[in-house]
Amino acid sequence: MTEPSLVARITDFANRADPYPLYAELRRTPVLHEEADAPYVISSYWDIESLLHDPRISSDAANLAAAGADELNQAENTGLPPSFIRLDPPEHDRLRRIANSAFGPPHEPRRIDDMRDELHRIVAELIDGLAGETEIDLVDQFAYPFPVTVICRLLGVPREDEPRFRSWVDPLVASLDPETRQGADPEFVRKAQEARTQLGMYLAGLVEERAKDPRDDMLSDLAAGKGPDGAMTMMEVLSTAVLLLIAGHETTVNLIANGMLTLLRHPEYLRRLREEPELAVNIVEELLRYEPPVQLVPQRTCITDIEVRGVTIPKGSRIWLMLAAGNRDPERFKDPDRFDPDRDDLQHLGFGSGIHSCFGAPMARLEAQIALAELARRLENPRLVADPPPYRPNAVLRGPRHLPLAIDGVVA
Amino acid sequence: MAADYVDWLRREGRIVIVGASLAGLRAAETLREEGFTGSLTLIGDEPYDPYDRPPLSKSVLLGKASPRHTELPRRRHLDAEWRLGVPAAGLDLTGKRVLLADGEEVEYDRLLIATGVRARPWPVAEEAELDGVFVLRTRDDAVALTERLRAGAKRVVVIGAGFAGSEVASACREMGMEVTVAERAGAPLVGALGGVVGAVAADLQLENGVDLRTHVTVTALEGDPMGRVRSVHLSDESVVEADVVVVSLGSLRNTEWLTGSGLGAGPRGIASDAGCRAFDFRGIVTDDVFVAGDVARSPHALFGYQFLSLEHWGNAVAQAETAAHNMICPASDRRPHMWMPAFWSSQFGVNIKSVGVPPMGDELMIIQGSTAERRFVGVYGYKGRIVAGVTFDNARWLEYCQRQIEQGAPFPVEYPTMDRRPEGRKAVPADFPDPALPTHGPTVTLSGYSPADRRLVFTPGHH
Ligand SMILES: Cc1cc2nc3c(=O)[nH]c(=O)nc-3n(C[C@H](O)[C@H](O)[C@H](O)COP(=O)(O)OP(=O)(O)OC[C@H]3O[C@@H](n4cnc5c(N)ncnc54)[C@H](O)[C@@H]3O)c2cc1C
Repeated sequence: MTEPSLVARITDFANRADPYPLYAELRRTPVLHEEADAPYVISSYWDIESLLHDPRISSDAANLAAAGADELNQAENTGLPPSFIRLDPPEHDRLRRIANSAFGPPHEPRRIDDMRDELHRIVAELIDGLAGETEIDLVDQFAYPFPVTVICRLLGVPREDEPRFRSWVDPLVASLDPETRQGADPEFVRKAQEARTQLGMYLAGLVEERAKDPRDDMLSDLAAGKGPDGAMTMMEVLSTAVLLLIAGHETTVNLIANGMLTLLRHPEYLRRLREEPELAVNIVEELLRYEPPVQLVPQRTCITDIEVRGVTIPKGSRIWLMLAAGNRDPERFKDPDRFDPDRDDLQHLGFGSGIHSCFGAPMARLEAQIALAELARRLENPRLVADPPPYRPNAVLRGPRHLPLAIDGVVA
Repeated sequence: MAADYVDWLRREGRIVIVGASLAGLRAAETLREEGFTGSLTLIGDEPYDPYDRPPLSKSVLLGKASPRHTELPRRRHLDAEWRLGVPAAGLDLTGKRVLLADGEEVEYDRLLIATGVRARPWPVAEEAELDGVFVLRTRDDAVALTERLRAGAKRVVVIGAGFAGSEVASACREMGMEVTVAERAGAPLVGALGGVVGAVAADLQLENGVDLRTHVTVTALEGDPMGRVRSVHLSDESVVEADVVVVSLGSLRNTEWLTGSGLGAGPRGIASDAGCRAFDFRGIVTDDVFVAGDVARSPHALFGYQFLSLEHWGNAVAQAETAAHNMICPASDRRPHMWMPAFWSSQFGVNIKSVGVPPMGDELMIIQGSTAERRFVGVYGYKGRIVAGVTFDNARWLEYCQRQIEQGAPFPVEYPTMDRRPEGRKAVPADFPDPALPTHGPTVTLSGYSPADRRLVFTPGHH
């Protein structure tokens, strides 16, 4: 019997807890193409970085479908038109610009920063809720509810609708894990579809309301479309809202959970973070290098023959960019397998790069910084109950499904 | 012996930096970062701590930042002696001393010159002195200009549509003033980006209500009996009223203080080798004198080792770091200054960036987006290879352009890209003005192979 391919081993759940040795193996063949129809897998930092800026590489869902997409590519299958993450310029640029004018500088320079106090309040409430417990699941009780609540606030989903809202989001997000979906019973699939429809209708209603009666939230701004690019159509607003919602979850949950796990494995940093909360900035950047929530980008194809390290990748091929492997590339980083928030070269591919670089990065950074600093400060004597913890099946968006911790209590 | 000297220099040598602005500060910080513990003196003719200039023609004019508070962030504590508000007036190369205008002398073991450039003044002195006539280079300039604009200026005339002039015009329009821009060439930015891109910049100005006059020169500034500027006379015989005139005719290199010192310094800057060591007037490299920033001209490997003068923020930083490193390391550890020229500007709501040396290119090809939408990526070609790139509101593709330049990628670009419109399928003449004609604002100048060369023409390499 031959050994399974490297790609198969990477997607194999058995290796989820520690895929890094496989990535090291991968880097020995920086442009790996194991068999016909398989993707071209790129694993060195510089190659990935340069392909992320290459205008011959397409993110368009249609090109990808033509190239024979696989289950790793379904991460945004919502029945809505493709959001900008799955589009190329000029459409990508137009939609992202409109979305950006509702979200970030220079149009809304303060929208994220102004949420600081609110984020602290949400974090405080969630941690208060852990009082009296001796064993907690950090994912279910903190890392997951936190970003959901935040994205609701940001979009402008009324607080009282949150439970309803979350009851649609939960099955929807759960259904995005390729393996869960494959093994899912018909009841599960039906529920997810229903949730999707309900969520769509609910958001459409909200957008209509906001169009008439704008408030200080992103749905209002998206509906109004004040910039030079005009407004999005209703369907575009919906697919953007769903994108923000899903991308916001899938990644921040893992960033926080991976973060706490890493800190517990490097207790000297947990202790230092407790004493100097400013260290959270460096810790989060280093986490994005060392344990990035998005491990690989599987949605790229090339629209012409391109050459990478002497290998010609033929037009129409699928390309996987292995961000997490690039992040530990010894060609780029000194001592890449060491978690070292003190390194003076804090760089990473954790948010990608180029035109598709993570739209929500400023939000994700702030959420993770506040969350980790507060967890470090308030959890008394946290200990890992299982190491490694149980992982989610997903190889693209990697993180613990549960993170059981023993604690002695919660500091006020 | 040489190693002993470097050890001693790093420990207790005396390093003097003339020019206490961007390049000077970054060099000083790098020296300390790399372990220099000797004495460090910074000499600057401006009485201020090092500050940042790019905001002066952007956020400062718009009132979003105060001209008094654009101090450069400090990377570390410096432990240096600051001699601010006093110009260096001479250099004694043999005696290793800098002579100050107040008569004092400062001895050095190694010297870094980072005196930058100054604004080229309006050539007719009496007219330049009229009240209401400004240049924009320093903080003082910015304070004076913003105060006047805020005091209720109505009609502004900008002379020269290079980057700085266009930024001033943009800010003044945004604040609702009437703006006339007078430009000798056929469009704004042509010296730096050529006529095709210049035409886009012209459209931008016109659409934003600028009264753009091209192919004209200003012949005279006229004042009223009180000595205030009143109108501007143009070569097409028209007269434009003005209560503020901003002269934006490029810059002059601050090298006069080196006259007679024996250094290879002149109106085109101070020539240095790729390691930032200054040449003397005979073209022999010095050991103890280094240069960095706007005042330097140095050869660049990617552009056939021609001398390159850059008035770019990023260059000042990178060159300062390289110079500082080379000043205190053994010869075998020296690094060449290999920075890829890069420049940005923002005007009329558009973010403009370039890499490489656009004026070296004779053809242009739009590889993403379209000039009609003013969102595009263009690459410049010279003799079959890509030598520069420019983006309008498309900065994220710049890195790709940079790599193409570094790799000597072929031009014209034959492969498709995601967003290539019909106009981008062919190369067109980039349409730079004849380099022999003086223009006010090339932010990059190629000036031949010899340290003594004064030509303005790009001389192609023959490899
Ligand atoms: C309004 C404006 C906008 C700009 N916008 C951009 C931009 O958008 N992008 C970009 O890339 N670049 C921009 N630049 C250019 C950028 O600011 C320069 O490239 C950078 O400042 C160069 O730094 P430097 O230290 O070499 O020279 P300078 O900043 O010119 O510093 C030289 C210093 O030396 C002093 N000096 C001169 N002679 C003597 C002497 N004899 N003794 C003592 N001191 C002396 C000078 O007064 C000055 O303080 C802009 C410049 C200006 C003026």
